[in-house]
Amino acid sequence: MDLHFGDAEPTAEERAAVDALLGPPVTAWEGGDRTEADLRSAARAEQARDRLLPALHAVNDRVGWISEGALAYICRRLTIPPAEAYGVASFYSLFSMEPRPARVLHVCTDLACLAKGVRDAGEGVASPCLGLCERAPAALALEAGLPPKATVYGGSPAADATPYTVERPEPPVADAVPQAGGQGLVLLRRVGVVDPASLDDYRANGGYQALRRAFELGPAGVIREVTEAGLVGRGGAAFPTGRKWDATARQPDQPHYLVCNADESEPGTFKDRVIMEGDPYALVEAMTIAAYATGCRKGYLYIRGEYPRATAALETAIRTARARGMLGADILGHGFAFDIELRKGAGAYICGEETAIFNSIEGYRGEPRTKPPFPVEKGLFGKPTVVNNVETLVNVLPILLTGGSDTKLFCVSGSVGRPGVYELPLGTPLRELLDLARPAGRLKAVLLGGAAGSFVTDLDVPLSFEGTRAAGATLGSGVVMVLDEEVDLPAFLVRIAAFFRDESCGQCVPCRVGTVRQEEALHRLGRRRSDEDLVLLREVGQTMRDASICGLGQTAWNAVESAIDRLGAFK
Amino acid sequence: MIPLQPPRRLIDVEVDGEAVRVPEGSTVLDACRTAGKDIPTLCYGDTLTPKNACRVCVVEVEGSRTLAPACSRKAEAGMVVGTDTARARHSRKVVLELLASSTDLSTTPMAKEWMADYGADPARFGEEAATVAQPPKVDNDLYVRDYGKCILCYKCVDACGEQWQNSFAISVAGRGFDATISTEFDVALTDSACVYCGNCVEVCPTGALSFKTEFDMRAEGTWDESEQTTTTTICSYCGVGCNLTLHVQDNKIVKVTSPHDNPVTHGNLCIKGRFGYGYV
Ligand SMILES: Cc1cc2nc3c(=O)[nH]c(=O)nc-3n(C[C@H](O)[C@H](O)[C@H](O)COP(=O)(O)O)c2cc1C
Ligand code: SF4
Ligand code: SF4
Ligand code: SF4
Ligand code: FES
Repeated sequence: MDLHFGDAEPTAEERAAVDALLGPPVTAWEGGDRTEADLRSAARAEQARDRLLPALHAVNDRVGWISEGALAYICRRLTIPPAEAYGVASFYSLFSMEPRPARVLHVCTDLACLAKGVRDAGEGVASPCLGLCERAPAALALEAGLPPKATVYGGSPAADATPYTVERPEPPVADAVPQAGGQGLVLLRRVGVVDPASLDDYRANGGYQALRRAFELGPAGVIREVTEAGLVGRGGAAFPTGRKWDATARQPDQPHYLVCNADESEPGTFKDRVIMEGDPYALVEAMTIAAYATGCRKGYLYIRGEYPRATAALETAIRTARARGMLGADILGHGFAFDIELRKGAGAYICGEETAIFNSIEGYRGEPRTKPPFPVEKGLFGKPTVVNNVETLVNVLPILLTGGSDTKLFCVSGSVGRPGVYELPLGTPLRELLDLARPAGRLKAVLLGGAAGSFVTDLDVPLSFEGTRAAGATLGSGVVMVLDEEVDLPAFLVRIAAFFRDESCGQCVPCRVGTVRQEEALHRLGRRRSDEDLVLLREVGQTMRDASICGLGQTAWNAVESAIDRLGAFK
Repeated sequence: MIPLQPPRRLIDVEVDGEAVRVPEGSTVLDACRTAGKDIPTLCYGDTLTPKNACRVCVVEVEGSRTLAPACSRKAEAGMVVGTDTARARHSRKVVLELLASSTDLSTTPMAKEWMADYGADPARFGEEAATVAQPPKVDNDLYVRDYGKCILCYKCVDACGEQWQNSFAISVAGRGFDATISTEFDVALTDSACVYCGNCVEVCPTGALSFKTEFDMRAEGTWDESEQTTTTTICSYCGVGCNLTLHVQDNKIVKVTSPHDNPVTHGNLCIKGRFGYGYV
């Protein structure tokens, strides 16, 4: 490729940040010092497009922003056209293309924090849900440097004069699990019980028994058990996992890839974070089993960029597992080779969509792809790919050991006394979950499934995939957000609309413009009632649902619709 | 010479109650056109891989949860397609309203007719409705980028990138409603990788990209397509033999296009053929 890189040069620090990731450049063609040899042969640089996102992170995390010189240097090193790299970098909200201070405070202004009274970001920048809802109101300070620093803030800022400058140790992850250490837990049983850094601790608590069982069963046997257990995806779409695995395993095209979707960005969702922080080896083991069953040698763990503690826990777990022969060329001496690469997102909810995640990993803009073809046929790098949610994957461990748990994780936040992640049998009535979580005020409604979900008022709805569907709602990613009578419903709906407007990738018109018009109409309706605006919302909403490319646009009107129809909003 | 295609199996599809037969691999749009149904398209390009981004071509396919973009969905044997159902018409109407309320469609061919046909009323989003209005980018003598007219159809990006030109001078930057077509850091075209082949102008469906001559004449009020004639000739600059279609008004060449059905060049040219008409 004959590329044009412009004249901008990187600073020494930018160059060092990139070289630390990619190694020093070999030839002048990739931005190294020019030698005589370079002038005699035109080196043809390998395109390494999939290193783009890590390289952008390297610069942004060290310097705080990405300059023209830094971008040009990355492009030279990776043989990427600068316009395309710019298109990718500017897609992610955690990257800045302009100078800014090294420390940026991301103040969550999303649903759970709004329900706790947050109105604006103050001196920080407003952030979509940080997945810290049990500690709402929450904030995250990211400070560029060597090494970069991340500080999580949770709890009430109002009670504290300088809430976002005084560092306090993060509470232990078990604080997010009100049932921690109790009976009846399957998926959460090790959270707060084991030391998340210790592989020995994990093994002493049942770890790696499921993988041994998997090796006994063989790949087809594992898929059979997962299928028979009736496991369905926990990422929101409830697709049967066994069927997905079987379809991938059967694909003749090689290699196969595994992608663990840990992008967890649906407002109100934080269950995957709790598993990854509290029981990271469980995810490593579960990914290994999934890879074994579906014939993958390489797995990507795509984690959202706003999860510093979970990222650190997984880095440790992957490194340790590799050092101890639980990942790598010959796992547990069974001749099975598999390894995991951790990929950090950079602030884009849409990258959790199962095809956008491929584009993001490959170094393209995180835009969803057209389906068909489906990931099991043509996924990551155009190869057969299994994408599964974190919770889905860890469900495989009990399936292989005891036949399955039939429990589900629920992320309870909002107006409750004991927010956190709860594990309960599927089908438990909503009322029972709320009894555990202790609603604080007079209950108005419960938002099930997050911003893409809908409001319910019937507390007898069974928390199962079928039960919620019958009630015209969805379990989605397991969000149970409790709103009391004090909530400013119009403001809450505007925040939902703003979330979708911000997070739309912009590819298709119904969503790109529809989410803007939805937010505008909700702003107007907050000021005065108007039948025209209600009609307009419905018409735009129906079009987003019918004509958008992906689930983001298709669900962007769900919550607003249910608020109008069930809660009498704007009557 | 048109290369011979291997024979393709024919499949039967139903379009608005009418049976049609199309070669396997055809799109729903092909099937609809075979059935004589006219469906609006904007982001679809006859020389490009469908991006199915604009959604103005959506149709109802029996058994599908959502509407399907006719331009990219492959026709399947036994498929039952509704092009004119209330649901499909509703989405098309609203998509046109969303576009027209945010973008200047004044130079988009057919936009006015479609809006009338579907009863689209973009004004109902109010005076305050956000738009992409912005000053045109006039940074070179050959063509103008007026992104206030851009519907983000991705065609120029695809034409400039690996589908045709391989120059990669432009990309989609930003996200959501703030997304734009841009060079790196929005530098002027003259500082970018652009080689002025004008292949982006050739595929732009809205007039957001236009010849500087056209842009200036429109500004002066002298642009008049009814006064223009076209002649197709062979470019004399080199031996490739590209077809040039010269658009002439008042004895002056006002723009150059190239036939898309040319089996070698598919409407693509280089700077000399596209913009070298000063010397013709
Ligand atoms: C806009 C959007 C965002 C999504 N975000 C996530 C996410 O963060 N995590 C996740 O597991 N699934 C997410 N999904 C669902 C995925 O597309 C996909 O269904 C899921 O990862 C499949 O895994 P599962 O079968 O184990 O649930 C999202 C879907 C959409 C449309
Ligand atoms: S629905 Fe929204 S997020 Fe999905 S592809 Fe379209 S614009 Fe992008
Ligand atoms: S004129 Fe050619 S090189 Fe320049 S942006 Fe358009 S397609 Fe790309
Ligand atoms: S400039 Fe034209 S071709 Fe490019 S995206 Fe906009 S409307 Fe499409
Ligand atoms: S023409 Fe089909 S989606 Fe644009």
